[in-house]
Amino acid sequence: MKSVAGIRHLDHPYRTLTDGSVMHELSIATHLVAVATEALENAGETQPVTVVRIRVGALAGVVIEALEFAWDIATDCTRCAGARLEVERVPAAVRCAACHTETTVDGPLPFICAQCGQPAIDIVAGRELDLIALEVHDGPGPSAEECHATAHP
Amino acid sequence: MPPRILEVRTKILKKNDEIARALRARFAEHGLFVINVVSSPGAGKTELLAQLMTMLREQGLRPAAVVGDLATENDALRLSASGCPAKQILTGSMCHLEADMVETALDGFDLDDFDILFIENVGNLVCPQSFDLGEDLRVLLFPCTEGEDKPLKYPTLINTCDLVLFAKMDIAEAVGFDTELARRNCAQARPGVAIIETSARAGVGIDALARTIVEKQKIKRREATNLV
Ligand SMILES: Nc1nc2c(ncn2[C@@H]2O[C@H](COP(=O)(O)OP(=O)(O)OP(=O)(O)O)[C@@H](O)[C@H]2O)c(=O)[nH]1
Ligand SMILES: [Mg+2]
Ligand SMILES: [Zn+2]
Repeated sequence: MKSVAGIRHLDHPYRTLTDGSVMHELSIATHLVAVATEALENAGETQPVTVVRIRVGALAGVVIEALEFAWDIATDCTRCAGARLEVERVPAAVRCAACHTETTVDGPLPFICAQCGQPAIDIVAGRELDLIALEVHDGPGPSAEECHATAHP
Repeated sequence: MPPRILEVRTKILKKNDEIARALRARFAEHGLFVINVVSSPGAGKTELLAQLMTMLREQGLRPAAVVGDLATENDALRLSASGCPAKQILTGSMCHLEADMVETALDGFDLDDFDILFIENVGNLVCPQSFDLGEDLRVLLFPCTEGEDKPLKYPTLINTCDLVLFAKMDIAEAVGFDTELARRNCAQARPGVAIIETSARAGVGIDALARTIVEKQKIKRREATNLV
C-alpha cells in the first residue's frame, strides 16, 4: 500500500477545502485501495478492475467530490488504477426512542422525529463507509495498467 | 463481454477498525481508561490536558498521554510538565491519528503503569471522526472563540463524541459567546450530549472534568468485573 505521506500533490487547490478534508479523503481512498486489493487477492482475481462500487453515508464525514479527486492519486500504481469509482449515497436516518418511528434526515441535521417532533439520538443509517463490489474485466483483456511513475517513493 | 462482478461488502476502514478493536481489548485487560481528545487546531487541547493530568496525578491517579501533531515535539514536552509520561506521535502530512499509530506509540509503555491514557488527536474537525483509536470516551473541545454555530457546521464529528467541553471560557464575554445558543446547537447535532464549560487559563471546570472522567472509569471497571 502506498503511503499517504508520499503524496506529492500538496499544492493542489483542492487542498484548501475546509480543514484539510482532501487529506482525509486521500487516506480513506488509500484504505479503500487496500481492502479492494485484498479482496482481489482472496478471490484469486487477476483481471483489471474497471469499477469500484462503494456506499457512503451522509454522516460518514466524507466529501464525495474530494474522494473522487483523491481516488486518482490513491489508485496510481495499484490494482485499481484506471478503475471508475461508483458512489452510492445513503441518507441519514434516526429512530425515535419514544414512538420508534424511523425518520430519514434530509442533510446532516437536525435529528428530529417526523412523527412526534422529539429529538432522536438513535442513528440507524448514515454512517456507512463500505466497499460493496468490484467489477473486473472479463475474458482476455489488457493486463493491469503498468506503473511508470518512479517519482513516488 | 459483460464485466464480472465480485461482491465484497466490507468496511473501507476495516484495517483500522481491527487494530482499534485489538487495542480496546488490550486497554481493558490492563484496566486502562482511554480518552480521545479532538478539536480544531489551537482549540486548547494541550493546555487543558496539562492541567487535567496535573490534577488527576495529585488525586493519586496515574495518567499518561500520547499526542499527535503534524510536526514538532512541543506538545509532548508541554504535557510532560504535568509530571506524567507523554509521547509525541509525528504524523507527517497525515491530518488525524489512526489506530496503528497509537499502537506503535505505545511501544515502550508498560500499560500497567497507568490507569488513564489521553490521546490528543491532530487538530482537525473532519478527519478524526472516522478513525476509531480503541478509546472509551471521545471528547470534543470546542473553544468559545469559534462561534456558536461550529457544532452545526461540523455535526458529524460532534455526533460521534461522548462529551463536549466549551473551552477558553475566560474570554467568553470578550468574544460575545452565547453559551445557551451554543448548547442548543450541540443538542441539535447530538441530543442529550453532556457539556462542561472549562477554562484552562483560569482553572475553571477542570475539577468537574476530572470527576466525570473518574466516574466513567469506575462505571467501565464495574461493567468489566460484572462480565467476568
Ligand atoms: N484565553 C485562553 N487561551 C487559551 C486557553 N487554553 C489555551 N489557550 C491558548 O490557545 C492557544 C492554543 O492552545 P493549545 O493548548 O496549544 O491548543 P491545541 O488544541 O493543543 O493546539 P494544536 O495541538 O496545535 O491543535 C495557545 O496560545 C494557548 O495559550 C484558555 O483556557 N484560555
Ligand atoms: Mg496540542
Ligand atoms: Zn417519535
